[in-house]
Amino acid sequence: MTIEELKQRLGEKIIGVYEKNKQRYYIDIHPKDILECARIMFKEFGARLATATGIDTPKGFEILYHFSYDKNGKIFTLRVLIEDKKNPEIDSITLVTKAAEWIEREIYEMLGIKFKNHPNLKRLLLSDDFPKDIYPLRQG
Amino acid sequence: MAEDKKKTTIIPIGPYHPLQEEPEFFELHVEGEKVVKLDINIGYNHRGIEKLSESMHFDQVPFLVERICGICSTSHPFAYVNAVEDLAGIEIPDRAKYIRSIIGELERLHSHLLWLGLAGHFLGYNTVWMWVWKVREPVLELFEKITGNRNHYAMFKIGGVRRDIPNDEINAIMKTCDEIAKFLEMLYKVVMDDPVLVARTKGVGILTKEEAIEWGVVGPTARASGVDIDVRRDDPYAAYDMVEWKVIVTQNGDVFDKVVVRILECFESIKIIKGCLKGLEKTKEGNIETVVKNIPPGEGIGRHEAPRGEVFHYVRSDGTNRPIRHKIRAPSYMNVPSNQVAAIKGTISDAALVLAAVDPCYCCTERCAIVDLKTNQSRIISGDELVRMCQEKTKKIIEEMGIKNE
Repeated sequence: MTIEELKQRLGEKIIGVYEKNKQRYYIDIHPKDILECARIMFKEFGARLATATGIDTPKGFEILYHFSYDKNGKIFTLRVLIEDKKNPEIDSITLVTKAAEWIEREIYEMLGIKFKNHPNLKRLLLSDDFPKDIYPLRQG
Repeated sequence: MAEDKKKTTIIPIGPYHPLQEEPEFFELHVEGEKVVKLDINIGYNHRGIEKLSESMHFDQVPFLVERICGICSTSHPFAYVNAVEDLAGIEIPDRAKYIRSIIGELERLHSHLLWLGLAGHFLGYNTVWMWVWKVREPVLELFEKITGNRNHYAMFKIGGVRRDIPNDEINAIMKTCDEIAKFLEMLYKVVMDDPVLVARTKGVGILTKEEAIEWGVVGPTARASGVDIDVRRDDPYAAYDMVEWKVIVTQNGDVFDKVVVRILECFESIKIIKGCLKGLEKTKEGNIETVVKNIPPGEGIGRHEAPRGEVFHYVRSDGTNRPIRHKIRAPSYMNVPSNQVAAIKGTISDAALVLAAVDPCYCCTERCAIVDLKTNQSRIISGDELVRMCQEKTKKIIEEMGIKNE
Protein backbone atom coordinates (compact mmCIF):
# COMPACT_ATOMS: atom_id res chain seq x y z
CA MET A 1 0.00 0.00 0.00
CA THR A 2 1.34 3.43 -0.93
CA ILE A 3 -0.10 6.79 0.01
CA GLU A 4 -1.29 7.24 -3.60
CA GLU A 5 -3.30 4.02 -3.48
CA LEU A 6 -4.77 5.06 -0.17
CA LYS A 7 -5.67 8.54 -1.43
CA GLN A 8 -7.41 6.99 -4.41
CA ARG A 9 -9.35 4.46 -2.34
CA LEU A 10 -10.46 6.81 0.43
CA GLY A 11 -11.17 9.61 -2.05
CA GLU A 12 -13.29 12.38 -0.65
CA LYS A 13 -13.22 11.01 2.87
CA ILE A 14 -9.76 12.53 3.25
CA ILE A 15 -9.70 16.02 4.71
CA GLY A 16 -5.93 16.36 4.61
CA VAL A 17 -2.71 14.36 4.34
CA TYR A 18 0.50 15.13 6.19
CA GLU A 19 3.65 13.32 5.12
CA LYS A 20 6.05 13.36 8.04
CA ASN A 21 8.58 11.30 6.09
CA LYS A 22 8.58 8.37 3.68
CA GLN A 23 7.54 5.92 6.44
CA ARG A 24 5.01 7.98 8.41
CA TYR A 25 1.75 9.42 7.08
CA TYR A 26 -1.04 11.18 8.95
CA ILE A 27 -4.43 11.26 7.27
CA ASP A 28 -7.21 13.50 8.60
CA ILE A 29 -10.72 12.13 8.25
CA HIS A 30 -14.15 12.96 9.61
CA PRO A 31 -15.24 10.98 12.73
CA LYS A 32 -18.35 9.68 10.93
CA ASP A 33 -16.16 7.93 8.34
CA ILE A 34 -13.94 6.04 10.80
CA LEU A 35 -15.75 2.70 10.63
CA GLU A 36 -15.63 2.57 6.84
CA CYS A 37 -12.03 3.81 6.68
CA ALA A 38 -10.90 1.30 9.31
CA ARG A 39 -12.61 -1.46 7.34
CA ILE A 40 -10.80 -0.43 4.17
CA MET A 41 -7.45 -0.26 6.00
CA PHE A 42 -7.81 -3.61 7.75
CA LYS A 43 -9.87 -5.76 5.39
CA GLU A 44 -8.93 -4.40 1.98
CA PHE A 45 -5.32 -3.29 2.43
CA GLY A 46 -4.42 -5.74 5.19
CA ALA A 47 -2.93 -3.12 7.51
CA ARG A 48 -2.65 -4.08 11.18
CA LEU A 49 -4.02 -1.79 13.89
CA ALA A 50 -0.94 -1.18 16.02
CA THR A 51 -2.81 0.94 18.54
CA ALA A 52 -4.76 4.18 18.90
CA THR A 53 -3.84 7.36 20.74
CA GLY A 54 -6.39 9.63 22.35
CA ILE A 55 -5.40 13.25 22.98
CA ASP A 56 -7.22 16.10 24.66
CA THR A 57 -6.51 19.26 22.64
CA PRO A 58 -8.02 22.75 22.88
CA LYS A 59 -10.06 22.09 19.69
CA GLY A 60 -11.48 18.78 20.85
CA PHE A 61 -10.53 15.17 21.34
CA GLU A 62 -8.19 13.74 18.77
CA ILE A 63 -7.99 10.01 18.20
CA LEU A 64 -5.15 8.68 16.11
CA TYR A 65 -5.57 5.17 14.72
CA HIS A 66 -2.09 3.90 13.90
CA PHE A 67 -2.29 1.33 11.11
CA SER A 68 0.94 -0.49 10.39
CA TYR A 69 1.43 -1.89 6.91
CA ASP A 70 4.07 -4.50 7.56
CA LYS A 71 4.96 -5.32 3.96
CA ASN A 72 6.80 -2.01 3.61
CA GLY A 73 7.01 -0.88 7.23
CA LYS A 74 4.96 2.29 6.70
CA ILE A 75 2.58 3.58 9.37
CA PHE A 76 -0.62 5.24 8.17
CA THR A 77 -2.28 7.13 10.99
CA LEU A 78 -5.95 8.02 10.60
CA ARG A 79 -6.66 11.11 12.63
CA VAL A 80 -10.14 12.17 13.71
CA LEU A 81 -11.13 15.24 15.69
CA ILE A 82 -14.20 14.99 17.92
CA GLU A 83 -15.23 18.59 18.48
CA ASP A 84 -18.07 17.96 20.92
CA LYS A 85 -16.15 18.01 24.21
CA LYS A 86 -19.23 17.74 26.40
CA ASN A 87 -20.52 14.48 25.02
CA PRO A 88 -17.79 12.92 22.90
CA GLU A 89 -18.64 9.77 20.99
CA ILE A 90 -17.50 7.87 17.93
CA ASP A 91 -18.19 4.50 16.27
CA SER A 92 -16.27 1.57 17.70
CA ILE A 93 -14.04 -0.25 15.21
CA THR A 94 -13.85 -3.40 17.35
CA LEU A 95 -16.31 -5.08 14.99
CA VAL A 96 -13.77 -4.56 12.20
CA THR A 97 -10.71 -5.71 14.13
CA LYS A 98 -10.52 -7.28 17.58
CA ALA A 99 -7.22 -5.49 18.10
CA ALA A 100 -9.21 -2.35 18.92
CA GLU A 101 -11.12 -3.82 21.85
CA TRP A 102 -8.73 -3.01 24.69
CA ILE A 103 -7.46 0.31 23.39
CA GLU A 104 -11.01 1.63 22.94
CA ARG A 105 -11.81 0.64 26.50
CA GLU A 106 -8.67 2.45 27.65
CA ILE A 107 -9.53 5.66 25.76
CA TYR A 108 -13.07 5.40 27.15
CA GLU A 109 -11.89 5.40 30.75
CA MET A 110 -8.95 7.80 30.35
CA LEU A 111 -10.63 10.47 28.20
CA GLY A 112 -14.32 9.69 28.57
CA ILE A 113 -14.99 9.12 24.88
CA LYS A 114 -17.89 6.79 24.26
CA PHE A 115 -17.46 4.14 21.59
CA LYS A 116 -20.79 3.31 19.96
CA ASN A 117 -21.51 -0.42 19.41
CA HIS A 118 -18.45 -1.58 21.36
CA PRO A 119 -19.23 -5.15 22.50
CA ASN A 120 -17.80 -4.76 25.99
CA LEU A 121 -17.35 -1.10 26.87
CA LYS A 122 -16.18 -1.18 30.47
CA ARG A 123 -13.08 -0.04 32.29
CA LEU A 124 -9.80 -1.74 31.47
CA LEU A 125 -7.14 -0.36 33.79
CA LEU A 126 -8.85 1.82 36.37
CA SER A 127 -10.35 0.17 39.41
CA ASP A 128 -14.11 0.02 39.91
CA ASP A 129 -14.09 2.47 42.82
CA PHE A 130 -12.32 5.20 40.85
CA PRO A 131 -14.66 8.25 40.62
CA LYS A 132 -17.01 8.01 37.63
CA ASP A 133 -16.65 11.57 36.30
CA ILE A 134 -12.87 11.99 36.50
CA TYR A 135 -10.90 11.24 33.35
CA PRO A 136 -7.16 11.13 34.08
CA LEU A 137 -5.87 12.13 30.66
CA ARG A 138 -8.14 15.14 30.20
CA GLN A 139 -6.29 18.44 30.40
CA GLY A 140 -7.06 21.11 32.97
CA MET B 1 -24.21 -14.39 30.10
CA ALA B 2 -25.77 -11.95 32.53
CA GLU B 3 -27.40 -14.86 34.28
CA ASP B 4 -24.08 -16.64 34.78
CA LYS B 5 -22.65 -13.56 36.35
CA LYS B 6 -25.46 -13.43 38.85
CA LYS B 7 -24.78 -16.95 40.03
CA THR B 8 -21.03 -16.69 40.32
CA THR B 9 -19.02 -14.50 42.56
CA ILE B 10 -15.33 -14.30 42.06
CA ILE B 11 -13.15 -13.25 44.91
CA PRO B 12 -9.42 -12.96 44.46
CA ILE B 13 -7.60 -14.50 47.37
CA GLY B 14 -4.49 -13.08 48.97
CA PRO B 15 -2.77 -9.76 48.59
CA TYR B 16 -1.32 -8.73 45.28
CA HIS B 17 2.42 -8.54 44.89
CA PRO B 18 3.08 -5.99 42.18
CA LEU B 19 6.81 -6.08 42.75
CA GLN B 20 7.39 -9.78 42.49
CA GLU B 21 4.60 -11.16 40.43
CA GLU B 22 2.58 -9.31 37.91
CA PRO B 23 -1.02 -9.24 38.98
CA GLU B 24 -3.42 -10.12 36.25
CA PHE B 25 -6.65 -11.86 36.92
CA PHE B 26 -7.82 -14.56 34.58
CA GLU B 27 -11.28 -15.98 35.00
CA LEU B 28 -11.56 -19.40 33.45
CA HIS B 29 -15.10 -20.53 32.78
CA VAL B 30 -15.10 -24.31 32.55
CA GLU B 31 -17.41 -27.19 31.78
CA GLY B 32 -15.87 -30.17 33.52
CA GLU B 33 -12.26 -30.04 32.40
CA LYS B 34 -12.88 -27.98 29.29
CA VAL B 35 -12.31 -24.24 29.26
CA VAL B 36 -15.22 -22.54 27.50
CA LYS B 37 -14.68 -18.89 28.28
CA LEU B 38 -11.90 -16.68 29.52
CA ASP B 39 -12.22 -13.26 31.10
CA ILE B 40 -9.14 -11.16 31.60
CA ASN B 41 -8.95 -8.40 34.18
CA ILE B 42 -5.89 -6.20 34.22
CA GLY B 43 -4.89 -2.86 35.66
CA TYR B 44 -3.60 -3.91 39.07
CA ASN B 45 -0.21 -2.68 38.04
CA HIS B 46 -1.26 0.54 36.32
CA ARG B 47 1.13 3.33 37.26
CA GLY B 48 0.02 6.11 34.93
CA ILE B 49 3.37 6.27 33.14
CA GLU B 50 1.89 8.06 30.10
CA LYS B 51 0.70 10.86 32.35
CA LEU B 52 3.98 10.93 34.31
CA SER B 53 5.89 11.26 31.07
CA GLU B 54 4.13 14.55 30.33
CA SER B 55 5.73 16.00 33.46
CA MET B 56 9.32 15.13 32.55
CA HIS B 57 11.64 16.67 30.04
CA PHE B 58 12.59 14.71 26.95
CA ASP B 59 15.92 13.51 28.30
CA GLN B 60 14.42 12.16 31.52
CA VAL B 61 11.76 10.07 29.84
CA PRO B 62 14.08 7.15 28.86
CA PHE B 63 14.74 6.50 32.56
CA LEU B 64 11.02 6.52 33.26
CA VAL B 65 9.97 4.21 30.45
CA GLU B 66 12.85 1.87 31.22
CA ARG B 67 10.99 1.07 34.42
CA ILE B 68 7.81 -0.08 32.69
CA CYS B 69 9.21 -3.60 32.57
CA GLY B 70 12.15 -5.23 34.27
CA ILE B 71 12.71 -7.97 31.74
CA CYS B 72 12.51 -5.99 28.54
CA SER B 73 13.75 -2.82 30.18
CA THR B 74 15.62 -1.55 27.16
CA SER B 75 12.76 -2.01 24.70
CA HIS B 76 10.77 1.01 25.83
CA PRO B 77 13.69 3.50 25.80
CA PHE B 78 14.61 2.02 22.39
CA ALA B 79 11.15 2.73 20.95
CA TYR B 80 10.99 6.11 22.67
CA VAL B 81 14.29 7.40 21.25
CA ASN B 82 13.19 6.11 17.84
CA ALA B 83 9.99 8.14 18.21
CA VAL B 84 11.76 11.36 19.23
CA GLU B 85 14.36 10.91 16.50
CA ASP B 86 11.49 10.43 14.03
CA LEU B 87 9.86 13.57 15.40
CA ALA B 88 12.96 15.74 15.14
CA GLY B 89 14.60 14.02 12.16
CA ILE B 90 17.80 13.18 14.04
CA GLU B 91 20.47 10.94 12.48
CA ILE B 92 22.75 9.04 14.84
CA PRO B 93 26.34 7.81 14.32
CA ASP B 94 26.91 4.23 13.09
CA ARG B 95 28.68 3.23 16.28
CA ALA B 96 25.64 4.21 18.35
CA LYS B 97 23.45 2.16 15.98
CA TYR B 98 25.60 -0.93 16.52
CA ILE B 99 25.61 -0.51 20.29
CA ARG B 100 21.84 -0.07 20.34
CA SER B 101 21.33 -3.29 18.41
CA ILE B 102 23.78 -5.19 20.61
CA ILE B 103 21.90 -4.15 23.76
CA GLY B 104 18.55 -4.94 22.14
CA GLU B 105 19.63 -8.42 21.07
CA LEU B 106 21.38 -9.30 24.33
CA GLU B 107 18.10 -8.43 25.99
CA ARG B 108 16.20 -10.71 23.61
CA LEU B 109 18.64 -13.51 24.46
CA HIS B 110 18.17 -13.25 28.20
CA SER B 111 14.42 -12.76 27.89
CA HIS B 112 13.93 -15.79 25.64
CA LEU B 113 16.15 -17.90 27.92
CA LEU B 114 14.09 -16.80 30.91
CA TRP B 115 10.91 -17.86 29.12
CA LEU B 116 12.37 -21.20 28.01
CA GLY B 117 13.33 -21.95 31.60
CA LEU B 118 9.86 -21.13 32.83
CA ALA B 119 8.26 -23.16 30.05
CA GLY B 120 10.34 -26.07 31.34
CA HIS B 121 9.05 -25.44 34.84
CA PHE B 122 5.42 -25.28 33.71
CA LEU B 123 5.88 -28.59 31.92
CA GLY B 124 7.40 -30.26 34.96
CA TYR B 125 10.93 -30.28 33.56
CA ASN B 126 12.61 -28.52 36.42
CA THR B 127 16.04 -29.62 35.24
CA VAL B 128 15.51 -27.68 32.02
CA TRP B 129 14.46 -24.69 34.10
CA MET B 130 17.62 -24.61 36.21
CA TRP B 131 19.80 -25.51 33.28
CA VAL B 132 18.55 -22.71 31.04
CA TRP B 133 18.76 -20.12 33.78
CA LYS B 134 22.35 -21.15 34.39
CA VAL B 135 23.12 -20.20 30.79
CA ARG B 136 21.18 -16.96 31.13
CA GLU B 137 23.52 -15.84 33.89
CA PRO B 138 26.54 -15.08 31.63
CA VAL B 139 24.29 -12.77 29.56
CA LEU B 140 23.43 -10.76 32.65
CA GLU B 141 27.09 -10.67 33.65
CA LEU B 142 27.89 -9.37 30.20
CA PHE B 143 25.31 -6.63 30.71
CA GLU B 144 26.92 -5.70 34.00
CA LYS B 145 30.26 -5.45 32.29
CA ILE B 146 28.98 -3.32 29.39
CA THR B 147 26.46 -1.07 31.15
CA GLY B 148 27.18 -1.40 34.85
CA ASN B 149 23.82 -3.05 35.57
CA ARG B 150 22.30 -6.50 35.23
CA ASN B 151 19.01 -4.81 34.41
CA HIS B 152 17.86 -1.24 33.70
CA TYR B 153 20.88 -0.46 31.59
CA ALA B 154 20.30 3.29 31.08
CA MET B 155 22.14 3.09 27.77
CA PHE B 156 19.74 5.01 25.57
CA LYS B 157 19.51 8.73 25.01
CA ILE B 158 18.05 10.84 22.26
CA GLY B 159 20.74 11.10 19.61
CA GLY B 160 22.79 8.06 20.59
CA VAL B 161 23.86 6.01 23.59
CA ARG B 162 25.26 7.01 26.95
CA ARG B 163 28.24 4.64 27.14
CA ASP B 164 30.61 3.21 24.60
CA ILE B 165 31.60 -0.45 24.33
CA PRO B 166 35.42 -0.33 24.30
CA ASN B 167 36.91 -2.36 21.45
CA ASP B 168 38.94 -4.50 23.84
CA GLU B 169 35.73 -5.93 25.30
CA ILE B 170 34.60 -7.29 21.95
CA ASN B 171 36.38 -10.63 22.32
CA ALA B 172 34.79 -11.38 25.69
CA ILE B 173 31.31 -10.76 24.26
CA MET B 174 32.08 -12.97 21.24
CA LYS B 175 33.22 -15.77 23.54
CA THR B 176 30.06 -15.65 25.68
CA CYS B 177 27.93 -15.71 22.52
CA ASP B 178 29.74 -18.81 21.29
CA GLU B 179 29.16 -20.60 24.59
CA ILE B 180 25.45 -19.77 24.57
CA ALA B 181 25.14 -20.89 20.94
CA LYS B 182 26.69 -24.24 21.83
CA PHE B 183 24.18 -24.78 24.63
CA LEU B 184 21.26 -23.65 22.48
CA GLU B 185 22.15 -26.16 19.79
CA MET B 186 21.93 -28.93 22.35
CA LEU B 187 18.68 -27.54 23.77
CA TYR B 188 17.15 -27.33 20.31
CA LYS B 189 17.97 -30.98 19.63
CA VAL B 190 16.55 -31.98 23.02
CA VAL B 191 13.27 -30.18 22.35
CA MET B 192 12.89 -31.62 18.87
CA ASP B 193 13.75 -35.17 19.94
CA ASP B 194 11.94 -35.48 23.26
CA PRO B 195 8.71 -37.41 22.57
CA VAL B 196 7.11 -36.23 25.81
CA LEU B 197 7.78 -32.56 25.18
CA VAL B 198 6.43 -32.90 21.67
CA ALA B 199 3.31 -34.77 22.85
CA ARG B 200 2.74 -32.20 25.60
CA THR B 201 3.02 -29.07 23.46
CA LYS B 202 2.07 -30.04 19.89
CA GLY B 203 -1.46 -29.01 19.01
CA VAL B 204 -1.95 -27.28 22.37
CA GLY B 205 -3.31 -23.73 22.49
CA ILE B 206 -3.42 -23.20 18.75
CA LEU B 207 -3.77 -19.64 17.51
CA THR B 208 -4.52 -19.81 13.78
CA LYS B 209 -3.11 -17.36 11.28
CA GLU B 210 -6.53 -15.78 10.74
CA GLU B 211 -7.02 -15.33 14.49
CA ALA B 212 -3.52 -13.90 14.85
CA ILE B 213 -4.28 -11.27 12.20
CA GLU B 214 -7.74 -10.55 13.62
CA TRP B 215 -6.38 -9.93 17.13
CA GLY B 216 -3.37 -8.01 15.84
CA VAL B 217 -0.85 -10.07 17.81
CA VAL B 218 2.85 -9.30 17.46
CA GLY B 219 6.25 -10.87 17.97
CA PRO B 220 6.89 -14.60 18.44
CA THR B 221 3.16 -15.13 19.10
CA ALA B 222 2.39 -13.88 15.58
CA ARG B 223 5.40 -15.48 13.91
CA ALA B 224 4.59 -18.92 15.36
CA SER B 225 1.17 -18.61 13.70
CA GLY B 226 2.64 -17.94 10.27
CA VAL B 227 2.31 -14.14 10.31
CA ASP B 228 5.56 -12.93 8.83
CA ILE B 229 6.12 -9.63 10.66
CA ASP B 230 9.16 -8.23 12.40
CA VAL B 231 9.74 -4.51 12.88
CA ARG B 232 13.49 -5.01 12.72
CA ARG B 233 13.19 -6.08 9.09
CA ASP B 234 9.99 -4.28 8.00
CA ASP B 235 10.81 -0.79 9.27
CA PRO B 236 14.58 -0.94 9.88
CA TYR B 237 16.18 1.15 12.60
CA ALA B 238 19.46 1.05 14.54
CA ALA B 239 21.84 -1.45 12.85
CA TYR B 240 19.32 -4.11 11.86
CA ASP B 241 19.66 -3.40 8.15
CA MET B 242 23.45 -3.31 8.41
CA VAL B 243 23.96 -6.95 9.43
CA GLU B 244 22.89 -10.36 8.10
CA TRP B 245 20.04 -12.21 9.82
CA LYS B 246 16.63 -13.64 9.05
CA VAL B 247 13.12 -13.66 10.51
CA ILE B 248 11.93 -16.98 11.97
CA VAL B 249 8.38 -17.98 11.00
CA THR B 250 6.55 -21.25 11.68
CA GLN B 251 3.04 -22.22 10.67
CA ASN B 252 1.21 -24.20 13.38
CA GLY B 253 0.57 -21.59 16.08
CA ASP B 254 0.72 -24.09 18.97
CA VAL B 255 2.90 -23.99 22.08
CA PHE B 256 5.51 -26.20 20.42
CA ASP B 257 5.97 -23.72 17.58
CA LYS B 258 6.28 -20.86 20.03
CA VAL B 259 9.12 -22.72 21.76
CA VAL B 260 10.82 -23.42 18.43
CA VAL B 261 10.49 -19.80 17.24
CA ARG B 262 12.05 -18.51 20.43
CA ILE B 263 14.98 -20.93 20.38
CA LEU B 264 15.72 -20.21 16.72
CA GLU B 265 15.45 -16.46 17.35
CA CYS B 266 18.21 -16.77 19.93
CA PHE B 267 20.54 -18.02 17.17
CA GLU B 268 19.57 -15.03 15.02
CA SER B 269 20.21 -12.68 17.94
CA ILE B 270 23.69 -14.12 18.33
CA LYS B 271 24.24 -13.61 14.59
CA ILE B 272 23.17 -9.95 14.89
CA ILE B 273 25.36 -9.35 17.95
CA LYS B 274 28.38 -10.81 16.18
CA GLY B 275 27.70 -8.73 13.06
CA CYS B 276 27.41 -5.59 15.17
CA LEU B 277 30.61 -6.36 17.06
CA LYS B 278 32.42 -6.61 13.71
CA GLY B 279 30.87 -3.26 12.83
CA LEU B 280 32.15 -1.75 16.08
CA GLU B 281 35.70 -2.67 15.09
CA LYS B 282 35.32 -0.61 11.92
CA THR B 283 34.05 2.57 13.63
CA LYS B 284 35.90 5.06 15.79
CA GLU B 285 35.73 4.62 19.56
CA GLY B 286 33.89 7.39 21.39
CA ASN B 287 31.74 8.58 18.46
CA ILE B 288 28.47 7.55 20.07
CA GLU B 289 26.08 10.48 19.93
CA THR B 290 24.68 13.38 17.98
CA VAL B 291 24.20 16.36 20.26
CA VAL B 292 20.53 17.32 20.40
CA LYS B 293 19.63 20.67 21.90
CA ASN B 294 15.99 21.28 21.08
CA ILE B 295 13.04 19.13 20.21
CA PRO B 296 10.90 21.00 17.67
CA PRO B 297 7.10 20.90 17.72
CA GLY B 298 5.65 17.92 15.88
CA GLU B 299 4.84 14.27 16.27
CA GLY B 300 6.79 11.07 15.91
CA ILE B 301 6.27 7.33 16.00
CA GLY B 302 8.95 4.90 17.11
CA ARG B 303 8.89 1.13 17.22
CA HIS B 304 11.16 -1.60 18.44
CA GLU B 305 10.83 -5.36 18.15
CA ALA B 306 11.03 -6.31 21.83
CA PRO B 307 11.43 -9.98 22.84
CA ARG B 308 7.63 -10.23 23.04
CA GLY B 309 6.88 -8.25 19.90
CA GLU B 310 6.46 -4.72 18.64
CA VAL B 311 6.69 -1.90 21.18
CA PHE B 312 4.95 1.23 19.93
CA HIS B 313 5.58 4.79 21.12
CA TYR B 314 3.92 7.95 19.89
CA VAL B 315 5.33 11.29 21.06
CA ARG B 316 3.91 14.74 20.43
CA SER B 317 5.82 17.91 21.21
CA ASP B 318 4.65 21.51 21.25
CA GLY B 319 8.15 22.92 21.19
CA THR B 320 8.66 23.05 24.95
CA ASN B 321 11.04 20.69 26.73
CA ARG B 322 8.38 18.15 27.65
CA PRO B 323 6.18 15.87 25.54
CA ILE B 324 2.53 16.95 25.60
CA ARG B 325 1.41 13.41 24.80
CA HIS B 326 3.31 10.17 25.02
CA LYS B 327 1.41 7.04 24.06
CA ILE B 328 2.98 3.70 24.93
CA ARG B 329 1.82 0.31 23.75
CA ALA B 330 3.61 -2.80 24.96
CA PRO B 331 3.42 -6.07 23.00
CA SER B 332 1.55 -8.04 25.69
CA TYR B 333 -1.28 -5.54 25.28
CA MET B 334 -1.93 -7.16 21.90
CA ASN B 335 -0.90 -10.73 22.77
CA VAL B 336 -2.72 -11.34 26.06
CA PRO B 337 -6.27 -10.75 24.68
CA SER B 338 -5.64 -13.46 22.06
CA ASN B 339 -5.75 -15.98 24.93
CA GLN B 340 -9.50 -15.51 24.75
CA VAL B 341 -9.41 -17.71 21.66
CA ALA B 342 -6.21 -19.71 22.23
CA ALA B 343 -7.02 -20.95 25.75
CA ILE B 344 -10.64 -21.93 25.23
CA LYS B 345 -9.78 -24.87 23.03
CA GLY B 346 -8.08 -26.87 25.77
CA THR B 347 -8.38 -28.22 29.29
CA ILE B 348 -7.59 -26.57 32.62
CA SER B 349 -4.30 -28.44 32.78
CA ASP B 350 -3.25 -26.83 29.51
CA ALA B 351 -4.33 -23.36 30.59
CA ALA B 352 -1.18 -22.45 32.52
CA LEU B 353 0.91 -23.46 29.56
CA VAL B 354 -1.17 -21.61 26.97
CA LEU B 355 -1.43 -18.45 29.03
CA ALA B 356 2.33 -18.53 29.52
CA ALA B 357 3.06 -19.29 25.87
CA VAL B 358 2.51 -15.69 24.75
CA ASP B 359 5.17 -14.77 27.34
CA PRO B 360 2.94 -12.25 29.10
CA CYS B 361 5.73 -11.14 31.42
CA TYR B 362 4.89 -14.36 33.33
CA CYS B 363 3.22 -14.86 36.64
CA CYS B 364 0.03 -13.55 35.17
CA THR B 365 -1.52 -16.93 35.85
CA GLU B 366 -0.84 -16.62 39.53
CA ARG B 367 -4.40 -16.02 40.61
CA CYS B 368 -7.10 -17.82 38.70
CA ALA B 369 -10.77 -18.36 39.38
CA ILE B 370 -12.33 -21.49 37.99
CA VAL B 371 -16.06 -21.31 37.44
CA ASP B 372 -17.85 -24.59 36.76
CA LEU B 373 -20.72 -23.71 34.46
CA LYS B 374 -22.57 -26.96 35.13
CA THR B 375 -22.80 -26.57 38.87
CA ASN B 376 -22.35 -22.80 38.81
CA GLN B 377 -19.96 -23.03 41.68
CA SER B 378 -16.85 -21.01 41.66
CA ARG B 379 -13.61 -21.90 43.30
CA ILE B 380 -10.41 -19.95 43.33
CA ILE B 381 -7.26 -21.87 42.60
CA SER B 382 -3.78 -20.50 42.84
CA GLY B 383 -1.16 -20.36 40.14
CA ASP B 384 0.78 -23.05 42.00
CA GLU B 385 -2.13 -25.43 41.65
CA LEU B 386 -2.46 -24.67 37.94
CA VAL B 387 1.22 -25.36 37.41
CA ARG B 388 0.86 -28.61 39.39
CA MET B 389 -2.03 -29.71 37.17
CA CYS B 390 0.04 -28.86 34.13
CA GLN B 391 3.00 -30.87 35.42
CA GLU B 392 0.82 -33.85 36.31
CA LYS B 393 -0.44 -34.06 32.76
CA THR B 394 3.16 -34.29 31.56
CA LYS B 395 3.79 -37.11 34.06
CA LYS B 396 0.73 -38.93 32.75
CA ILE B 397 2.03 -38.70 29.20
CA ILE B 398 5.39 -40.05 30.38
CA GLU B 399 3.66 -43.01 32.02
CA GLU B 400 1.49 -43.70 29.00
CA MET B 401 4.54 -43.71 26.78
CA GLY B 402 6.28 -46.09 29.16
CA ILE B 403 9.35 -43.93 29.52
CA LYS B 404 11.39 -44.45 32.66
CA ASN B 405 12.32 -41.07 34.00
CA GLU B 406 14.65 -40.33 36.84
